[in-house]
Amino acid sequence: MGNHISLLLVIVPLIAAPLVAVLPRGRLPWAASFFVSVVCAVFAGIQLWSVLQGGVISYELGGWAPPWGIEYRIDAVNAFVALIVAVIAALTLPYALHSVEREIPEEKIPTFYSALLLCLTGLLGITQTGDIFNVFVFLEISSLSSYALISLGKSRQAFTSSYQYLIMGTIGATFYLIGVGLLYSQTGTLNMQDMANILPSVLHLNTVETGFTFIMVGIALKLALFPLHLWLPNAYTYAPSVVTVFLAATATKVAVYVMLRILFTVFPQTFTIATPADELFIVAGMAGVIIASVYAIYQKNIKRLLAYSSVAQIGYMVLGIGFATATGLMATLIHLFNHALMKGALFMAIGAIIYRIDSCRLDQIHGLGRAMPWTFGAIVLGGLSLIGVPGTAGFISKWYLVTAALEQSAWLPVAVILIGSLLAVVYMGKLIEALYFKPVTDNRKVVTEAPLMLLMPTWCLVLANIYFGLDTDLTVGVAEQAAAILGGMKP
Amino acid sequence: MEFFIGHYNYWVVIILMMVGLYTVISRGNLVKKIIGLNIFQVSVFFLYISLGTVEGGAAPIIAEGVKVYSNPLPHVLILTAIVVGVATTALALALVVRIKETYGTIEEDEIHNLDHSL
Repeated sequence: MGNHISLLLVIVPLIAAPLVAVLPRGRLPWAASFFVSVVCAVFAGIQLWSVLQGGVISYELGGWAPPWGIEYRIDAVNAFVALIVAVIAALTLPYALHSVEREIPEEKIPTFYSALLLCLTGLLGITQTGDIFNVFVFLEISSLSSYALISLGKSRQAFTSSYQYLIMGTIGATFYLIGVGLLYSQTGTLNMQDMANILPSVLHLNTVETGFTFIMVGIALKLALFPLHLWLPNAYTYAPSVVTVFLAATATKVAVYVMLRILFTVFPQTFTIATPADELFIVAGMAGVIIASVYAIYQKNIKRLLAYSSVAQIGYMVLGIGFATATGLMATLIHLFNHALMKGALFMAIGAIIYRIDSCRLDQIHGLGRAMPWTFGAIVLGGLSLIGVPGTAGFISKWYLVTAALEQSAWLPVAVILIGSLLAVVYMGKLIEALYFKPVTDNRKVVTEAPLMLLMPTWCLVLANIYFGLDTDLTVGVAEQAAAILGGMKP
Repeated sequence: MEFFIGHYNYWVVIILMMVGLYTVISRGNLVKKIIGLNIFQVSVFFLYISLGTVEGGAAPIIAEGVKVYSNPLPHVLILTAIVVGVATTALALALVVRIKETYGTIEEDEIHNLDHSL
């Protein structure tokens, strides 16, 4: 098999998706998707391992040599992101079994899993490919399937939020397409590596700068960078629980990866520093952290509260990109991983609450923590990680981010990161207060703990939050290598 | 003047792009938004096809006596993008159908009022 793993990672879910759609109703579609997701996670693990051992993997699709053919080029950066996506998928699917049976009408379940696998295909494809146009194709595969997934939410707002996301997502993707076209017109290539070699000779041209801007704005829309985040809170709130877990933990992360690639691999460092892009990222990141956190405090719906918190977390990642130093990029990559763990765990716990009481309004969960102690425990630990308490994964990412800011004596971002953490204390505190300290509302039927199939994946992620807060060999080690490949400039 | 006439296809692209984007932003009717989105995407198709043109080039089919060909790669890319555009439009229209079924309207402000009057 050897290098074919890089391709199989995309092909396996792609082939499985239509097959799952025609499987008979019942639990077979779920079992097949679960199997595929585990296979992908194993492949992604092997791929990361072999990249760490043997350096870059270059896979030529159909045997056509790059730059003419499409090349899958795997280094520590995308192997790491691919592993995050695949592992989250493998944990989301066991969770999906009961949650989907509760939230999705029975006749739609096979197509639901089919769309979920297509979304996985798109996200993995983006991480694998070394071709800048291919990224667009996979971006649209993942986006189109996620629009469909979001629209399957129970309330009617699911349709409008899916529509809203579709409009904004398509504008973002089309902007990216315009940018790619402009870059192609000046370099004559679509292979990222080849383009990186040719670009330095044409950097002075307006067309290249325009293309760069279009790509950046397009991806910023996709990763919900403040103030282009408007689609995200609605999409996360009204999507089915499983979809929220999966998208929150993977979709925006992959968009951050694309941004890193374009900024640091395709374009030379010096160009990125010379444009106002890095300053803009710092400003947008800081604004996102503060404003989205404040918004989160005032939400009455717990899913929407966490969605705004996601916008704030993306602000942290973008801050790391904005510093454009080796430590900054490390912080971004570490937070990419850790945020997938904590938001995955939190949205899964919220999904367990929805499974039991069929509501995610803050005033209907009063006292629920005492009836669902394990779910409540997951929310508390996930929340501590989100805040960045020492001993949790969130602390590690904040630590590197603050270090990166201090290296540059950027005091304002340091203050913003700390204030952002305090605001996280407030909104997570609000959630925990409602769950544990508020008296139970009378007219509610007796609630019991969520089923084991929901709790186990949740707690896997919660324990991972603690594990990666204590043992940072994997995250920091890989992030260090990845940052070296992206070549963050030394301060 | 040469600048305008010599690049007239690019001016068409820019005009279409702005018309499309403006329609998406300004219209409250969900179907009209999709039409705007389509115009916006079509302008990008034109952009790519213009990029592939080689002055005096023939269609990229091997034939005797033809030396200069247009670059077929952007055309191929845009075939992919057209497929993506069609899929997006289909999905968007399907969503509009569902919105019409549940809300009874496809006007953005009326939908907004319905959601917030509860």
